[in-house]
Amino acid sequence: MSSRDTRRTDPVAFLDERLNVAGPLRKTLRYVFPGHWSFLLGEMALYAFVVLVATGTFLAFFFEPSSAQTTWHGPYAPLDGVQVSRAYGSALDLSFTVPGGLLMRQTHHWAALVFLVAITLHLLRVAFTGAFRKPRELTFAVGVTLLMLAVVEGYVGYSLLDDLLSGMGLAIGYSTALSIPGVGGALGTLIWDGPFPGGPALEPRLYILHVFILPASIAALISAHLFMIVRTRHTQFRGPGRRERNVVGVPLWPGYALRSLGWLLAVSAVLVLLGGLVQINPVWQWGPFEPWLGENGAQPDWYLGWLIGALRLMPNWEITAFGHAIVPNPFFGGVIFPEAVFGFLYALPWLDRVVFTRESEAHHLLDRPRDNPRRTGVLAAALILVATVFFFGSADRVFLSLSIPYELQLWLFRAFVLMGPIVAYSVTRRSCLALRRAGAHPLRDVDAELIAPRAAGESQPVGGP
Amino acid sequence: MIRLLWRLLGIIGIVRGVLRAAHPPRDEDDGVDPSRRELVATPRSEHALAVLLIAGGLVLTAFGVLIALDADPRVLGGVLGIGLALLAAAAIVGGLRVVAQEVAVEERPAMGDQAARAQLADDLGRGVEGVSRRRLIIAAAGVAGTGLAAAAALPVTALGPAPRDLDASRWRAGVLLVDEDDAPLSADDLEVGSFVTAFPSGADKRELGSPVVVVRVDPATLALPAARRGWAPDGLLAYSKICTHAGCAVSLFRHPLYEPASGPPALVCPCHYSTFDVRRAAEVTLGPAGRPLPQLPLRVDGQRRIVAAGPLSGSVGPAWWGTRRL
Repeated sequence: MSSRDTRRTDPVAFLDERLNVAGPLRKTLRYVFPGHWSFLLGEMALYAFVVLVATGTFLAFFFEPSSAQTTWHGPYAPLDGVQVSRAYGSALDLSFTVPGGLLMRQTHHWAALVFLVAITLHLLRVAFTGAFRKPRELTFAVGVTLLMLAVVEGYVGYSLLDDLLSGMGLAIGYSTALSIPGVGGALGTLIWDGPFPGGPALEPRLYILHVFILPASIAALISAHLFMIVRTRHTQFRGPGRRERNVVGVPLWPGYALRSLGWLLAVSAVLVLLGGLVQINPVWQWGPFEPWLGENGAQPDWYLGWLIGALRLMPNWEITAFGHAIVPNPFFGGVIFPEAVFGFLYALPWLDRVVFTRESEAHHLLDRPRDNPRRTGVLAAALILVATVFFFGSADRVFLSLSIPYELQLWLFRAFVLMGPIVAYSVTRRSCLALRRAGAHPLRDVDAELIAPRAAGESQPVGGP
Repeated sequence: MIRLLWRLLGIIGIVRGVLRAAHPPRDEDDGVDPSRRELVATPRSEHALAVLLIAGGLVLTAFGVLIALDADPRVLGGVLGIGLALLAAAAIVGGLRVVAQEVAVEERPAMGDQAARAQLADDLGRGVEGVSRRRLIIAAAGVAGTGLAAAAALPVTALGPAPRDLDASRWRAGVLLVDEDDAPLSADDLEVGSFVTAFPSGADKRELGSPVVVVRVDPATLALPAARRGWAPDGLLAYSKICTHAGCAVSLFRHPLYEPASGPPALVCPCHYSTFDVRRAAEVTLGPAGRPLPQLPLRVDGQRRIVAAGPLSGSVGPAWWGTRRL
């Protein structure tokens, strides 16, 4: 190829002569991704976030973050001519009159739910395989922070709409802020711009948090998370030729880039199909919020289930002194419980070093859960504890559909919160020890042993990879 | 069903295996080279890729047209979702059946470089070479930093008013009880077992101190404390509607059809199911609320209207440090 041709046609040369990127780009394209289905969970969270930003940008063009009252007019007869806030009114407009608005609103809501599912499953994968160990403690801490921000972002997001359900959620948030000893009252009025239901600045504050401060922080932390992963390279499971000092897998170009693009498109497709076909948060059915209105059977988005569960499960203790409520009840379930859970998560790499493994070597090969029975046992205990509290959050729905009395459930769940983790720890630890002794992959072992009779005299192995 | 049975047998198999086998070896270098490279494209897979790309492109164009026509959201979602799914399939076919399939082995970069670290410490140290009063300067910088942090953080207090009277209420003796449409409540309209929300006449209904629940019970069953005798004329009782636990509206009234089976009449908050016994001054009988709902003393005037006979008995709404216990 002559040099004239190169100047005219080669975009790589064009960029490289101006930005000096051919070397780093080549290294990037050769970056190796070890293959395991569980590694797709983190990517799923990333791609749900992409969908959230795309649909959220659309919604922001139409939503009015204002508590000013207005009379709504639109095609939905039950609310036509009703006094509502501009926030709620614009959410109704998005649902009924903006072309594609309802699709975007519902896709946004589904994407938020899936975003947190993906983060949670990714966290469990990382925790149970010991992927948080040195040198990835900081990556892990950033990931835990991302989970926390995502929960807050979701709560603020659905609180913006000023429908009955979001108002009930805000009342609980306000009471939880108020319950913080000493500073609670000031904190509550500070955030709400006055006593509940709040001043005119509340909506704009929630809005700037939801569309700028929190998503920008999440985007920045995602970048930091990915940067740290690239610095250390991915972890990998044990396998032929896989060692602590190498990474075995598919290079970014072309195989992994296409697979990952396919995953992005598949996640988006599912979210859009859910948004188009499966109704979520029909705010027109809840109606506008007034502090004296409530609704039975109200449930928050799933990622707040563990907090409503904790608030409901807590006995009605309040610490009082000098005739004043020093530690109001919501402090236990709404503040101490989530802080303890996140504290446990942040402390996990340290706990692992001083309690579970008692060593501080760097690890790039992942443990299988059985490889460290004590870590797996403690994680299972923590998971059972949070899951128990989470499921109690929907005890009222269980009462409605299965007629198990709420009061009975309350006592059963209280007992299970105390006993469940102990049982989970012991059963999990023993199972891990037994599996380790077996030294076999459980499913593969099954395949080798099971023979199913098919016809007389014939037999055929069942299952199998 | 048969499959399930075999699964179950499989689990038994695992347990048996578990009891037998030995610990897996943890060898580091097995001498295996897993790297490979394979060209997999066939005319068929390339055609499939092209078809998927074209189909996806056409469906997505259709979405653009449909949104301009303001189609039903279900149609829009279905079409956009199918278009994206076709492109997803294209990317996956391309990634797995068209481009070269490669498994590569990359050596992991060593984490941390001793020499660079020493050099860095050296460079940092040389930056402050010849400075003798380091401690003084560090302490001074600490003062500066604290001031800067305070200057940055304290304006946050401008966000909201000081927390005074979070539990204030407009209820006083003589204030008329009105409904959502400002019509006075008549004592004769309330039957035993009924349940209405009332507000102080002329007050802001949205204030937490405003809404109260009015119920009527059989006066013979009342069990109010002695100090509240006369607060419930004809069995009419009023309690603050804002839950003392987490500020939700106590919007459920559980009036028993048959009391021995379902317990006494109670107000229930739908958020966390705090349950308040209406006959016993809203004592908490279940759930997380730490104190009873404040009670509003009532009287019935000459026109049979319900009127407040005094202020609420305690702090309204969710508790904070300023909340007085009853």
